[in-house]
Amino acid sequence: MSELLKVPTMAEFMAQGKQPEVLFWVGSAGSFDDRAKKITKAFVKILNSANVEFAVLGTEESCTGDIAKRAGNEFLFQMQAVTNIEVLNAYEVKKIVTCDPHSFNCLKNEYPGLGGNYEVLHHTQFIKELINSRRLAVQQDVYKDKRITFHDPCYLGRANNEYDAPRDLLKLINARIFEMRRHKQTALCCGAGGAQMFKEPEKGDMDINVLRTEDALETRPNIIATGCPYCNTMMTDGIKAKEKENDVVVMDVAELIANAQNL
Amino acid sequence: MEYLPNVLFAIALIVGIGYFTKNVKKLIRNIKLGQDVDVGGHKSQRWKNMAMIALGQSKMVNRPIAGILHIIVYVGFIIINIEVLEIIIDGLMGSHRIFSGIGALYGVLIGSFEVLAVLVFIAVVLFWVRRNIIRLKRFWNSEMTSWPKNDGNYILYFEMVLMTLFLIMNATDVHFQAMNSGNVVSQFIAAWFDGVSESGLHLIERSAWWLHILGILVFLNYLYFSKHLHILLAFPNTYYGKLVPKGQLNNLDSVTSEVKMMMDPNADPFATPAEGADTEEPAKFGASDVQDLNWVQLLNAYTCTECGRCTSACPANLTGKKLSPRKIMMDTRDRLEEVGKNIDANHGEFKDDGKQLLGDYVTHEELWACTTCNACVEECPVSIDPLSIILEMRRYLVMEQSAAPVELNNMMTNIENNGAPWPYNQMDRLNWKNE
Ligand code: SF4
Ligand code: SF4
Repeated sequence: MSELLKVPTMAEFMAQGKQPEVLFWVGSAGSFDDRAKKITKAFVKILNSANVEFAVLGTEESCTGDIAKRAGNEFLFQMQAVTNIEVLNAYEVKKIVTCDPHSFNCLKNEYPGLGGNYEVLHHTQFIKELINSRRLAVQQDVYKDKRITFHDPCYLGRANNEYDAPRDLLKLINARIFEMRRHKQTALCCGAGGAQMFKEPEKGDMDINVLRTEDALETRPNIIATGCPYCNTMMTDGIKAKEKENDVVVMDVAELIANAQNL
Repeated sequence: MEYLPNVLFAIALIVGIGYFTKNVKKLIRNIKLGQDVDVGGHKSQRWKNMAMIALGQSKMVNRPIAGILHIIVYVGFIIINIEVLEIIIDGLMGSHRIFSGIGALYGVLIGSFEVLAVLVFIAVVLFWVRRNIIRLKRFWNSEMTSWPKNDGNYILYFEMVLMTLFLIMNATDVHFQAMNSGNVVSQFIAAWFDGVSESGLHLIERSAWWLHILGILVFLNYLYFSKHLHILLAFPNTYYGKLVPKGQLNNLDSVTSEVKMMMDPNADPFATPAEGADTEEPAKFGASDVQDLNWVQLLNAYTCTECGRCTSACPANLTGKKLSPRKIMMDTRDRLEEVGKNIDANHGEFKDDGKQLLGDYVTHEELWACTTCNACVEECPVSIDPLSIILEMRRYLVMEQSAAPVELNNMMTNIENNGAPWPYNQMDRLNWKNE
């Protein structure tokens, strides 16, 4: 990444007595996972090019607690939530955007009950807003005629009924979308959710991510697009297991958009 | 002696309905063993869901073949039951086809019942074929042996017999055939009985009539023991179904109060609890047995139709793991029944039987295989939420027993210490910006 990314923190905004227009919740994966960091940067590039006044919490951000909650540790979840809410409320945060559907779901649905009320958007929804309000334009030809299939992240799709935003963005870049047999409401999980990402799977006859990759490969795609760092890891591993790394790439919708901006 | 049939009929009716009422009371008592849960408000949304999902069967048609067949059986079942009203009045009064006095409309009604009866019969035969000849995979999972498997078939046989009896009853009814109105199907069946004397026909007609109504009473009482209970419970269950986004899992209030206490620097841990606060046992976190679940979850268990749509969409089950959301629901119902019987046997009080839902019915291995993907919740045609039960048991395992898999414990320690599920320092959270 050659050019410098502008990533101001909430603390810096505060010091200048200003409020950003939106807080970018980076999330643990987006901060630390090598593959997910690329998605984070792609999204920042988009924000920078659309001149969005955003800020991150930086070192003041902590895990949402979503994974702990789903592993059954409600106690740890609420500790994390209450801590984060204190920080967010102190900064008077109103609007949050994140690239991680798990953080999205948790912040949007589970924080309000503990005193954290924000407008929360998934990055595909936010990018769509930017394009609709003409703050962002995309080139039509970068992915023209590429075969793309979209894997619905459970926590964006079934969990929150958002199936259109990512697909609308893919249409904008002129890709040819081929739906998997199981898609939208019936999409198969990548296998990462519910804390599965952090443990070995139980005994069975195959791994979930491989089954989902088979679904995707049936559409003979050039690109498997998704909107979740965990799905991305699972599908990338699936592609490796199927020895298709030379034919198929797994990309986040934000990366596709950033590339289509020809920046 | 003249009134003997009326008296016998009244007795059959009282016994049949009486026994059914007894079981309904038991059902309600068992469901109330569950914890309280706030289901207030949103009445119009709830009525709408019930009308759409239970009455309108909106989720059934997601699988068109099963959906359409099911609607035929369902509509047929409801409409043909109008005929039962006439049977009951006839039985009690000793009248014969008391509604026939309404004239031409009667013919239209009975005619449509007859057509429906044939359609139901065909649909039921196709259902049977799907289960037993085509052997649809979801009807042959490991939890679908013995009773659950037979139960599914018994219901189909029941329906076949009831529909046949209804048609035979009409076909051998000399008066009704003579009226020649509404016998659209039965006139052809009547031809099979050509040559039988009038008294013979009368005997057959009476037998079919009695068997038909007795069959219906038996069926009514069979419900309580069967997955067929859903024809009643689908209504309350869809009414009380989850309204918030599927991804939203409830926050435990008992945990909230403890967390607030810990985070509040001014809180005095030795302060006397406020008036009215629960001073007895500390709350139990999560669920190890059915009484720890809330009553909607228990209602869910009784409503489950064992259709297996959830399991056939479950990523864990599809890849050979032991987890099956249908089995979670069946286990919950079986255990709840066991607890109910225990209470009956011990004069209204539950005596510890050394068993519980967690471990004796549902294994840890099943619980840890769930990805919380909500596919089961999405699929369920009667708004059941198996995921919520899985989560409650995970909560018990983690918060009461510290029995999470080792890797998950490591992950949680990391979150506790570094604010991330990996062993990275929170101070490095923004490093990506300069990499
Ligand atoms: S939420 Fe759990 S039980 Fe339900 S379908 Fe997904 S993995 Fe299976
Ligand atoms: S929980 Fe719902 S989908 Fe699953 S078997 Fe029962 S009724 Fe069918």
